Parts: sequence; structure tokens; C-alpha cells
Amino acid sequence: MNAMALIRLFLFPGLLFAIPAGWFFVWGEHKAVARMQRRIGPPLLQPFYDFVKLLGKRTPSRHGIEADLLRLYPVLSVLSLIAALALLPVFPTGGFSGDGILFVALLEMPSICFILAGFTSGSIYGQIGSIREAVLSVASNLVFLLAIVTIAVTESTFRMTDFAGPSLNPGHWIGVLGILLCIPAKLRLNPFSTSNAEQEIYSGPLTEYAGAALGMWELAHGLEWVALTGFVATLILPVGGPWWLHAVLFVAVSFLQVLLLSGISAATARFTLQRSIQFYWRWAVVLAVLAMSSAIYMRFRL
Amino acid sequence: MNIFSRLMHRARVKSPRLFHLNTGSCNGCDIELVTCLSPRYDVEQLGIHLEGSPRHADILCITGPVTRNTLEAVKATYAQVCEPKAVVALGSCPASCNVFAGSPVIEGPLAKHIPVDVYVPGCPPHPDAIINGIARAAQILADRGVPEKAKGEPQQ
Ligand code: SF4
Repeated sequence: MNAMALIRLFLFPGLLFAIPAGWFFVWGEHKAVARMQRRIGPPLLQPFYDFVKLLGKRTPSRHGIEADLLRLYPVLSVLSLIAALALLPVFPTGGFSGDGILFVALLEMPSICFILAGFTSGSIYGQIGSIREAVLSVASNLVFLLAIVTIAVTESTFRMTDFAGPSLNPGHWIGVLGILLCIPAKLRLNPFSTSNAEQEIYSGPLTEYAGAALGMWELAHGLEWVALTGFVATLILPVGGPWWLHAVLFVAVSFLQVLLLSGISAATARFTLQRSIQFYWRWAVVLAVLAMSSAIYMRFRL
Repeated sequence: MNIFSRLMHRARVKSPRLFHLNTGSCNGCDIELVTCLSPRYDVEQLGIHLEGSPRHADILCITGPVTRNTLEAVKATYAQVCEPKAVVALGSCPASCNVFAGSPVIEGPLAKHIPVDVYVPGCPPHPDAIINGIARAAQILADRGVPEKAKGEPQQ
């Protein structure tokens, strides 16, 4: 393992950057929604205070394998997201061939843990939430994977550093659009928030969580924001230039997406599960299939 | 107080999450509580957030005179909120049973069943008074911290 990989894992865009950035993005989400509703919204340090407070709560003592699993899921989510962030080609060096596949797999971990947490908790609300999340993730992942494969076909590689940067190929941009369409479902934002619909099923899969484990889930949510918006940012930001400018632009473009997605989430109402699936399987998948077939066609033509 | 407990104290004051439990109220107090979330009062500025699950909450907001049907729910929900926690009784109903006093189906007042930290009187109370009550409860909860002798673990 070289020094660059360690820097990416622990400093930027990994651990040391990602945790404050995740809090900042979660704050940005709440603040943007509040401003759209003409409210003032939470103070800047709110997600940090929430996390610290949750660390200091006394949680119910549970025993047995379920208890260990329930504690394991959020930690696993946080760790896999940090590993995914370390693969992001913010500075297009390093990486290894096929790391794009690893990145997609690591991004999927929090969603799988979220579903398992709901089933393991034994709460009826958790189980309903898990079923909804599982169905929605099957629907949105089809589009997400097709979008990534489209990009991979246009660049003819699965290496993240080769994905990075804008491309002349239209397939690249349709792929980026497809990924953007899937982010609300992956982050469980309106209109795709059926799995944690608190008006119907309390807190969905997290209903039984409390204290530090809940804090880890909130942290994982922040990291998901950083990883997904950061992925799109690396796909559209030009490569090259001084490293600090690149880092600043990376954060700025990610944060712009946070504002955009929060705006959409504030402006829309929650879809039913069926409507969400229809959205992905009827409309988005058409786009994704078109993109991929055109990308494959372009490759054979050239 | 060392720096960590000072930070924890501050975080507890700054991040009160609520769970709202209706124990047979006429809905007047419930509407006033929800008003606090609206743009005019915007309690999110103070970090106040209405939670879906009592497990996630710090402050239990109870409205209504505690009917016989809801008594078990009150006790169970109180047990499910994790320490440190506080209870806010919204309106005159949980304090005195108000107009429902004397009814055979009323088990109130609330303080007979669980400890109440803050009373917000009124029928219904003004949203400003509710916000003030919640802020006081957050302060009480932070000052108290996790009690030394555990009054029973939170219920599974
Ligand atoms: S205090 Fe008044 S407004 Fe509130 S629940 Fe009781 S009767 Fe209704």
C-alpha cells in the first residue's frame, strides 16, 4: 500500500474530510429545505450536536446474536462508505483496474445493512420499511448500474480514474444524468422516501435503534451524501490544474448537488412505492437502456 | 466539569428530539404543538425535531388527560425513551384533567403515573409557551444527565 492510498483513505476524501463534510451536507440539506419553506433552519453545528448527544444516551441492553448484528450494521455501513470514498478519483492518480466495480459494491453496503437492520430488529415498522427499501433499491439500482455500465462502455474501462473528468461522448453525460436520477432513492429523499416515512411507519428500519448506533446511522447517511455527490462531481469536473483548486471545486460541486436534491425533496411529495417503481422501471430505465445501447453502438462504429 | 462533559451538556441542550403522545386530548394541544414546527415558529432553529420513534427521542411531550385506554401506552412509551430524558405535559389536561375531571374513564393527572418535569399550562397553551417549556425541559435534561442509579433499564 502506498502513501497516496493511505492519504485517500484517512485524509482526503476519506475519514478526516468525509465525516465533517457529511455533517455539513446533512446541515445543507436541512437548511435548504427550511429556506424553501421560509424557515430559518438548523444551526451549522446541528448534526454534530445530534451525534454527540446520541453518544451520551443510555441504550436498552440487548443480548444475543441479534444485538450484535444490530450494532454491526451501522458500523459496517460507515466503514464501507469510507472505503468507497477512498476510491473516488478526486485527484486522478492511483486506483487499480476494476475499482469501479468495488466502488459500486461498497456503495451498496449501507442499503443492504439498512434492509437487514429492519428485519433483524423484529419491529413490524422496521420490517415494512425494509421491504419498501428492498423493492425500491432493486428498482433504482437497475438504472444506477446501467448508468455506470454506460460510462464504463464509453471509456472502455472499469477504472475510476478513467471515468473522471468530462468527456465528449454523449454516453458519459447520459450516464451522469442516470446516476443523478438514482441519488434521491439511494438517499431516501422525497419523493422516494417511502422506506422511512415517519407519518406511516415511524422511523422504518431504524425504529428500534437508539443512542450511539443511531448516531452511526446518521453518520452513514452523511457519508452517503458525500460519496454519491462526490462521485458525480468527479465525473463532471475537468481533470488537471492545481490540487487545491480541484479539491475546492470538488466540494463546491458536491454541495451544489446537495442544494439541488434538497430543493427537489422540498418541492415534491412522497410517492407511493408503486409510483416510485414505475418511475424507475418505466421512465428511467428507458433512458438507461438507450444510453447503453448508443454507447455500445458508438464503440462498434469507431 | 471537564471539556467532554461540557460538550455533552451543550449537545444535549442543543439537540432536543421530541416524541409526541396523545393520551386522549381534544386535539387542541396537538395542533398547537405542530404549529411550533411551522414557518412562523420554526423550532428547528433550536435543534428541536419531532421524531417518529420514542427510541430516538429525548423529550416526551404528552397531551391529554390520560384515559384508561392510553394508560399502558403512556407507561410503555415513557419506558422506551432512553436516559437522559424529560417529560413535558402540554396543556391543562395532563396537569389537572381539566374539563374531563371526574369522568370514570380518566386515569389522570399524568403525574400519578410518570414523573413530569415541565408543565405548560393553557387550554391550549400558546406555541411560544410550548417552545419555552421544551427549551426548559432540554436544560433540565442536560443538567441531570444520565442518572447514577439506573431506574430500570429502558424497556426492550
Ligand atoms: S388542555 Fe384544552 S386544548 Fe389541550 S387537550 Fe385539554 S381540553 Fe384540549
